[in-house]
Amino acid sequence: MTQTTLPELERPLSPRDRGGPQQPMLIVADIKKHFPIRKGPFGRVAGAVQAVDGVSFSIAKGEVLGIVGESGCGKSTLARLLMRMMAPDAGSMIFDGDPVDEHNGISINQLHRDVQMVFQDSYSSLNPRMPIVDTIAFTPIINGLSAADAQARARVLLNQVGLAPNLFARRYPHELSGGQRQRVNIARALAVQPRLVILDEPVSALDKSVEAQVLNLLVTLQELHNLTYIFISHDLNVVRFISDRVAVMYLGRIVETGDVDDIYRNPKHPYTRALLASAPSLDPRRRTQSAPLFGDPPNPINPPSGCRFRTRCPHAQAVCADRAPVATPVDGASSHTVCCHMSQPGSGHTDAPAHNEEVAA
Amino acid sequence: MTATPSSALPAHTHAHISAPAPNAIGAPAAAGTLPASPTPHAPGPRPVDIESPGYWQQVSARLARDPVTIISAVILLLIVLSAIFAPWLAPHDPYQGNVMTRLKPVGFPGHLLGTDETGRDMLSRLLYGGRLSLVSGIVPVAFALLIGGTLGILAGYLGGAVNSMIMRITDVFFAFPSILLAIAIVGLLGAGLFNTLLSLTLVFIPQVIRISESVTTQVRSLDFVEAAKLSGAKPLTLIRHQILSNVLSPILVYCTSLVSLSIILAAGLSFLGLGVTPPSAEWGLMLNALRQAIYVDPVVAALPGAVIFVTSMCFNLISDGLRTAMDVRIKL
Repeated sequence: MTQTTLPELERPLSPRDRGGPQQPMLIVADIKKHFPIRKGPFGRVAGAVQAVDGVSFSIAKGEVLGIVGESGCGKSTLARLLMRMMAPDAGSMIFDGDPVDEHNGISINQLHRDVQMVFQDSYSSLNPRMPIVDTIAFTPIINGLSAADAQARARVLLNQVGLAPNLFARRYPHELSGGQRQRVNIARALAVQPRLVILDEPVSALDKSVEAQVLNLLVTLQELHNLTYIFISHDLNVVRFISDRVAVMYLGRIVETGDVDDIYRNPKHPYTRALLASAPSLDPRRRTQSAPLFGDPPNPINPPSGCRFRTRCPHAQAVCADRAPVATPVDGASSHTVCCHMSQPGSGHTDAPAHNEEVAA
Repeated sequence: MTATPSSALPAHTHAHISAPAPNAIGAPAAAGTLPASPTPHAPGPRPVDIESPGYWQQVSARLARDPVTIISAVILLLIVLSAIFAPWLAPHDPYQGNVMTRLKPVGFPGHLLGTDETGRDMLSRLLYGGRLSLVSGIVPVAFALLIGGTLGILAGYLGGAVNSMIMRITDVFFAFPSILLAIAIVGLLGAGLFNTLLSLTLVFIPQVIRISESVTTQVRSLDFVEAAKLSGAKPLTLIRHQILSNVLSPILVYCTSLVSLSIILAAGLSFLGLGVTPPSAEWGLMLNALRQAIYVDPVVAALPGAVIFVTSMCFNLISDGLRTAMDVRIKL
């Protein structure tokens, strides 16, 4: 048997693009997940961890959207919500024009044929008792491919992620290094020929040299398979390298989105600025001596009123506690939006642009 | 672990993977050398796969290096074989007594291990007794493994209401000490081999449920199960392909140690007169019968106890060896 072509699943490839090139790959509207905290013998709901609280974004076909934020801001919960590994409490998702999990839309199983995920922990995401080729072939077999075809496809994918099939196919996860395991995870995600891949901190557990190899591999695979990525990470450099667009998350909300250059060259939100300032400089003479951001993020059980960043924000004023800022376009550019009273005309913040100025622009 | 000789590879394998396995993480510029389309391979036979030793191969390799387990297994094997071939090995009829030769000591001519209180040959009775004792050791545990394992894995995997229901019922059984529970059940049903097996099975099911539920719950939360769920597979398929192989070893280890407990409990039930009934040869029953002769000939009286001890010890040591070889940590 030659391994030159991928055996197709039973659905044809061309009709997969249902919405046309202008239709975003995924639209997420106001998605929410609150984890109830139960107390007492009768499970009284005493509060809720507002892990993801009203996140909206859209991602175009072939785009790489980076999602950054510090630990605990809800990045991984968002990934699990997008995969529908847990049901959201509110909000909706539209995948290529089809609402997800609604009566006239596509089912979650159908979603999983087009959207797959790469997990952060490369070890626990592989079955320790299964040769890796079987792990990769599992999903295609469940989706109706014959065992032989699925194995053949798994071998092609192993080759594509840089693991020689004859050396690696029959190995077990514990015999591989972290980088090799993450390559297997990527191959597994690609085994159903998805169109959108959610990468949840795929390189955070790898050392720097391996990280670079895996990132390059992701870029190559994106071209090879026509993929769209949602790339979740806390590492600003990694996100800058791979993303076309970036969304910055803070405490369950997106505070700023924009093209990667807008975000990195012209950050508007004080949190984005602090994040960028916290990246260590390569020049020892320009070493940052003071931390740009103090304290821990507030408790997501009782997040601050109004703007959630105000407790750590150097520019916080009374209005920030009163009202939550809404997403406002920056400089009239529709792709760069920020949730900050300082950028919202007429918000009442002393640094806010005047109302009429925005009308003129 | 992967000491497969690289000479097993034909020379004409892929060019960029000729690097030795350990640093193939790198495949240095793997990303760079990726072809724009799936790699066209050189014609010719596909190179032979390097096979890694599977999990069970590794376990048996580790067991082979463990002398205690090997010796226990050999002794146990001898006991099992002697029980199976008792009709051919036994020098006398185990039920045929002789009033003239009662309670003869070990080494009495014609009776290698002496005779019991009705003059029956001890060696023959011990050989035949092994049949009943081994059956009452293994059968209840096998059924408990089947039923309890299924219920426990289902409870652990499905969680929620199913888990609560199964586990709360299990907790009720745990409220009674196992020997008391066995006595109560047999007392209710009446003495006899079948009822002994039934009651022991019922006693062990909750224990197996608890262990399988706890290991399944641990495995279920791992990412690879989540990833496999994304395939859209049904729960039973997931349990069969992803869960079972990961929970089986701790459950098996636990069940091996239960066998020795089962032998002792069965012997205990017979000793109390609740198990098999005379004149059947069964180690616990023989121990009970010879109890009154302990001042006449303590060695003969102790013989059934000694075989019970050796057999259950063997099962315990094997269970211990398996636990080490499978690298299993059992939590309750």
